[in-house]
Amino acid sequence: MKKLISKLTIVAAMLAIAVSARAGNITVKGSDTLVILAQKWAEVYMGKHPEVKIQVNGGGSGVGFAALQTQTTDIADASRKIKPKEIEACVKAFRARPTEYKVALDGLSVYVHNDNPVKELTLEQLQGIFTGKIKNWKEVGGNDAAIHVYSRENSSGSYEFFKEHVLKGQDFAASAQTQQGTAILLQSIARDKEGIGYGGAAYGGGARALGVKKDASSKAVEPNEETVVNGTYPIWRYLYNYVNPALDKGEIQSYLNWIRSAEGQKIVKDVGYYPLPEKLREK
Amino acid sequence: MADKHSKRSIGWMGLQRGHQARPLEWIVEKGIFLVSLSAIVMVFLIFLFVAREALPVFLGKMNNASGQKVIPVAEMDKIPPAQLQEYLGLTDKEFAAMDRETKKTLMEVKVETAQEDSKDKDATANTTSWRYLLRPHQWSGYDKPEYIWQPVAGVQKFNIIPLLIGSLKATLVALLFSVPLALGAAIYVSQLTSPRKRELLKPAIELLAGIPSVVLGFFALIVMASVLHSILGYQSRLNAFVAGIALGLAVIPVVFSIAEDALTSVPRSYTQAALALGSSKWQAAWKIVLPAAIPGVFAAVVLGFGRAIGETMIVLLASGNASIVSWDIFDSTRTMTATIAAEMAEAVVGGDHYRILFMLGALLFVVTFVSNFIGDLVIHRLKHKMEGKR
Repeated sequence: MKKLISKLTIVAAMLAIAVSARAGNITVKGSDTLVILAQKWAEVYMGKHPEVKIQVNGGGSGVGFAALQTQTTDIADASRKIKPKEIEACVKAFRARPTEYKVALDGLSVYVHNDNPVKELTLEQLQGIFTGKIKNWKEVGGNDAAIHVYSRENSSGSYEFFKEHVLKGQDFAASAQTQQGTAILLQSIARDKEGIGYGGAAYGGGARALGVKKDASSKAVEPNEETVVNGTYPIWRYLYNYVNPALDKGEIQSYLNWIRSAEGQKIVKDVGYYPLPEKLREK
Repeated sequence: MADKHSKRSIGWMGLQRGHQARPLEWIVEKGIFLVSLSAIVMVFLIFLFVAREALPVFLGKMNNASGQKVIPVAEMDKIPPAQLQEYLGLTDKEFAAMDRETKKTLMEVKVETAQEDSKDKDATANTTSWRYLLRPHQWSGYDKPEYIWQPVAGVQKFNIIPLLIGSLKATLVALLFSVPLALGAAIYVSQLTSPRKRELLKPAIELLAGIPSVVLGFFALIVMASVLHSILGYQSRLNAFVAGIALGLAVIPVVFSIAEDALTSVPRSYTQAALALGSSKWQAAWKIVLPAAIPGVFAAVVLGFGRAIGETMIVLLASGNASIVSWDIFDSTRTMTATIAAEMAEAVVGGDHYRILFMLGALLFVVTFVSNFIGDLVIHRLKHKMEGKR
């Protein structure tokens, strides 16, 4: 009996050490869109608070949510809102809805080849092009040539966002070529005069971003910080952090607050995304 | 003590009658045996794992039709616990351990799920059943029945036909391109050339196998696609043809080295006899050596097929990945392997999409297994025939 008790104490002591070693550790996992930004945040924050270790992993928004359910990550990065199915799994796993924080803004740009005469498109035209109903550039004021649609893999947050906001939930044209990343997509468009695709505004270069009109009568808006933050550019989204409410205290809480402070939001701009409007920030 | 000794004398720990004890050798031998055993066990376990994840699809036990009636949160206390448990999809243990507040949250989430489900008339279809996996269907918003792979959508569409065709198309192009080249090279290197050139050519071709497939894929994406596009001028820059040629580059060393081995192992006396009877070098190689080495050559092609259909990175980068049903090799194409690699990251673990992807994996496993099996069978038949046993 004594032996058993002493064994138990050793196990308990080891557990305590493991837990205390974890105390200063924050793991972040999720969206590939957010991974560069999250790394930058972690880097700067660790510079200020050497006692905290932050580990950032990518993999995709869904991977982040899966890790949140299994409690292998503290914070899940996401470029889309959590789905009810995923909330359900979280509730089953840790008996509470994960807390949602908006951490930055992102505008999706629509890219075409530099030599394409088309300068602007309406949301409706974009829907037609990407669902495959509009097949020729001359239907939207361009040359007489077939439109080559480039899209992203359906595991990317941009894909779902574009599908929901621009395609209004309809399917992408089956003939759309899917690319593994925004950089590769831009490479393809830079080599294809009839190409059109979409991607985060953080990337750019190699191809040209189109102005987008809400409808035929409104003015075309180019994506830039001003138009995205004040909401006049029609294709934008929030980027999120999700956290298990039971863990949202101490280090993790102060980290999340710092991200949404003026200091954290300055880094958002440096990386190329758009900072939160004042009213959503943490003072 | 004496008893132990008698046991040892039958070979335990390398102690054998009339031999010096070599326990180290014994240990090494058993170690190697264990390693080889673990390889077999590993393959078996991987197959079990893949099959287990995919089993609900094969058995048709999944249902993603959104027909479930929503129970308002207010009625939570009115319905019997057993019904509530079934409605929330909980096991007995989970249900007993969960407090009321959590259950209430779950009920709210259920209502949200129902609201999110699109008002689409297709929402009541169980798109994970074999009928939707294999046969075309006229989805709302489409003007004719079509094979559609759109796993991320209000109504998930999981038709695997475009992916099957995509895989076969890329593989066929790869084999058509690589097999003649690799066989030609094998015949030349093993039969026609001088030993010095042979020493140079063989390692050079086999070096191709050392190129990482991601490098080949990237090369195809950036360089080959543009060059081929400007020469042939087809519609989409990335397509089954480009992917197939790049795949072919990966297949060539596999086919070459096995075929070359097979050709070289044909007894020299065959060639010498043919030459002595007045045939040319070419005639000897083509009419005598190649037929004699057919089992090995066939094995090379089968292995090349397995390599091509299982390759992921090259097709992921160079094929354009559009899931369309078309046998035109200049159309962009989406293979099963690329689909698994690209979509697994976002699939909710244990969800419909996840299971369908595992089903594709199991399918690939079966295809390569069957092709290897048939290859083996044919080789045995041919060998028997060659040796004049039947």
